[in-house]
Amino acid sequence: MATLARLQARSTTVAHQYYYRNSVVDVFRKKENDAAVKIQSWFRGCQVRAYIRYLHRVATIIQKQWRGYLGRQHYQLIVKLAYYTMKMNLYNAMAVREAEFRDYEASSVSAEIWGRATTKIQRRWRGYKIRKYCFNYFYLKEYLKAVSETNDAVRKALEEFAEMKEREEKKADLEREEKKRDYQARKMHYLLSTKQVPGIYNSPFRKDPDPWELRLQQAKPLTHRRPKVKTKHSVSLSSWLACTSARSFSRSGTLPPIDRKRCQGPFRDVAEVWEQRYKPLEPTLRVAEPMDGLNEARAQLQRQEWTRNVNDNMFLPFSSYHKNKKYIPTMHLSSKYGADAYGSQHFRDENPKKWICDKDFQTVLPSFDLFSKYGKLYSKAGQIV
Amino acid sequence: MSQRQVLQVFEQYQKARTQFVQMVAELATRPQNIETLQNAGVMSLLRPLLLDVVPTIQQTAALALGRLANYNDDLAEAVVKGNILPQLVYSLAEQNRFYKKAAAFVLRAVGKHSPQLAQAIVDCGALDTLVICLEDFDPGVKEAAAWALGYIARHNAELSQAVVDAGAIPLLVLCIQEPEIALKRVAASALSDIAKHSPELAQTVVDAGAIAHLAQMILNPDAKLKRQILSALSQIAKHSVDLAEMVVEAEIFPAVLTCLKDKDEYVKKNASTLIREIAKHTPELSQLIVNTGGVAAVIDCIGSCKGNIKLPGIMMLGYVAAHSENLAMAVIISKGVPQLSVCLSEEPEDHIKAAAAWALGQIGRHTPEHARAVAVTNTLPVLLSLYMSTESSEDLQMKSKKAIKNILQKCTYLPALEPFLYDAPPNILKYVVGQFSKVLPHDSKARRLFVTSGGLKRIQEIKAEPGSLLQEYINSINNCYPEEIVRYYSPGYSDILLQRVDSYQPFTN
Repeated sequence: MATLARLQARSTTVAHQYYYRNSVVDVFRKKENDAAVKIQSWFRGCQVRAYIRYLHRVATIIQKQWRGYLGRQHYQLIVKLAYYTMKMNLYNAMAVREAEFRDYEASSVSAEIWGRATTKIQRRWRGYKIRKYCFNYFYLKEYLKAVSETNDAVRKALEEFAEMKEREEKKADLEREEKKRDYQARKMHYLLSTKQVPGIYNSPFRKDPDPWELRLQQAKPLTHRRPKVKTKHSVSLSSWLACTSARSFSRSGTLPPIDRKRCQGPFRDVAEVWEQRYKPLEPTLRVAEPMDGLNEARAQLQRQEWTRNVNDNMFLPFSSYHKNKKYIPTMHLSSKYGADAYGSQHFRDENPKKWICDKDFQTVLPSFDLFSKYGKLYSKAGQIV
Repeated sequence: MSQRQVLQVFEQYQKARTQFVQMVAELATRPQNIETLQNAGVMSLLRPLLLDVVPTIQQTAALALGRLANYNDDLAEAVVKGNILPQLVYSLAEQNRFYKKAAAFVLRAVGKHSPQLAQAIVDCGALDTLVICLEDFDPGVKEAAAWALGYIARHNAELSQAVVDAGAIPLLVLCIQEPEIALKRVAASALSDIAKHSPELAQTVVDAGAIAHLAQMILNPDAKLKRQILSALSQIAKHSVDLAEMVVEAEIFPAVLTCLKDKDEYVKKNASTLIREIAKHTPELSQLIVNTGGVAAVIDCIGSCKGNIKLPGIMMLGYVAAHSENLAMAVIISKGVPQLSVCLSEEPEDHIKAAAAWALGQIGRHTPEHARAVAVTNTLPVLLSLYMSTESSEDLQMKSKKAIKNILQKCTYLPALEPFLYDAPPNILKYVVGQFSKVLPHDSKARRLFVTSGGLKRIQEIKAEPGSLLQEYINSINNCYPEEIVRYYSPGYSDILLQRVDSYQPFTN
């Protein structure tokens, strides 16, 4: 009851409230309604327009089809007409050509048409067959053209080849001749004119000297033939090293001019320099000796032994009497240690327990540059005062 | 007598022997001395010296013998009859290289004269030792041995077979590969001599792999080597299609064409022989040569040389043209016909003319087009004059007649045919009139020209037996013309006309 009483108490205020709120809303109602109408009208407009567009599209398709259909029908008509006129022209032409074969007229028109068609086909086919299997004029023409082109190319190439050969030959001839003339000029160099006496090619009564004169001027006189010195054949290292022997000092060639002035400056004597420069190779002992000398010596020894036919199998007596007896070697042979070679020296104690380290001694033989070059260079670096 | 004096006697004897042998060898180099030497009994004196204790005397004796035997076959026979060969063969295997060379030289000199002498060498068992010499270290010995083998093999097929059976071919092929040019030359010539006799022998040479090595050397600068190489290849290729194809497969083709431009005449000749031997087998091989431009090169080569060198080239053109009409057309467009007609009219030798006539006949016999190409170069009158001339040989007459026949039967080029109406003998006239009778019914211009040039008149003058082929041709020509014209041109028509004038009574009143 208390609640009812509370509600009743509030009913007036509620009515007031209600009225009041409605009146407040009424102010906007008109405006909202207008807005709703506007939205609806826009939306519906869109809908309808879309629908109309759709209808238009469909209508266009239908129209297109229909008009295409009509056009095709019309076109067929035109083609048929054209075909007919063409056919008629052909028939007329054929009829004129085959005027003499009038007896065919008796046959029906359709048979004639078929006959014409077959001749047409036959004509095409026969042409094709002959071109393909028997004779093709254009192919032949093409082929002959290609052949003549290759012919031209070959002719040109051969011509060039022959020309090249000829040129080479001419050049070789000229060179040979030039060489010959050069040699001649060198040989006749003594005919060159001097300051006092004109040579035979330089006649004073002529305006110009003979061309030989010029050639003689340029030529170098032949040197006197020197007797051939037989080269000694030796198998030393310097002989097979061609680089050293070819440039060896003053073995050949002419002597330097006598009246040459000495160069200014603190230079060594020329001869000394040359000697240093072209001295033959003097290899150190290690280089000069073959590096596998020991092995070679061993191999040599083996070969000798083999030739002397020393048997290294144990000697066995051949008679059957001793067959079961074992051969007793002598003390020397049976000894495990063997005899020391005469004069052998031990640089190390034989008892390994006295050794400081377990390793064997290594043989090291460094070359001693100072000694091998001593006195052979003009630098005084190695000299001990 | 001290020891020195005794030895002096021997020394003198040896010196005398040496001098004698050397002098004889020297004298044998001159042909005018040979007869004197022979009469002096040089053979019987040289024979014991072959067995001398001193090697130089042996060698020089062999050399002298070789020179004598080289000179003529009587002396060579004397060497055979003197039983010298077994000695030589025995020592050929034993002695040093100088002696080997000299002994091989004697064998070569003996074997080159006749098959019988070569057979005598084979009977002594020389082949085996010669083949062993081919394996020698010294190239000079190899050369001499290969030379001797080649001279033995060149006579006939049996002797070559004997050389082949001795196992020479692989060694000869090895010799080709040696660096020495002279050895290569001799080995190639020996291979060529072996291969030339029969297809089987050529096949054995091919089986030893000779072709590849030979083909490599075509571009060698040495002309004499090239001669032998080309000759060997052509001797191999000439036997059969297979062998020719083997040679072609060695890719000789552009290289051989350069040999046609060589300075050396024999290189040219052998190169064109090789091309001919290849071309003659099949249309395909000919086609291959045409496609590589070989025909043009050969035609140029014919133009650049003279005499016998031309002959293989001319024959090659004939062979190529004979295969098919397309190939003949290729020869025509390569300008072969003018070159051949120049050969026909300018060469002095009958056999070359005959070859040119044959080749022209082969070119012209295919189609009217071919015949026309031959006819426009004005060769037909030349051929006719060669046929009619009493100076030309029988073969040339035959060949030119055949060529004329072949060309005329296809020729429709009337201006070239017309002169034949006047100066051709009846057996050729037949063909000329036949051609006219074929052409005239279809060609109105030609008909007109034929009348105005006096051809029709000439036709009426020909006496033909009734019923013969010639008469038929004449009738068919006459049928192309109105009767009055025919009658007008027939001989005796003017008399008939005059008679009619005489007998005509003018109508007078």
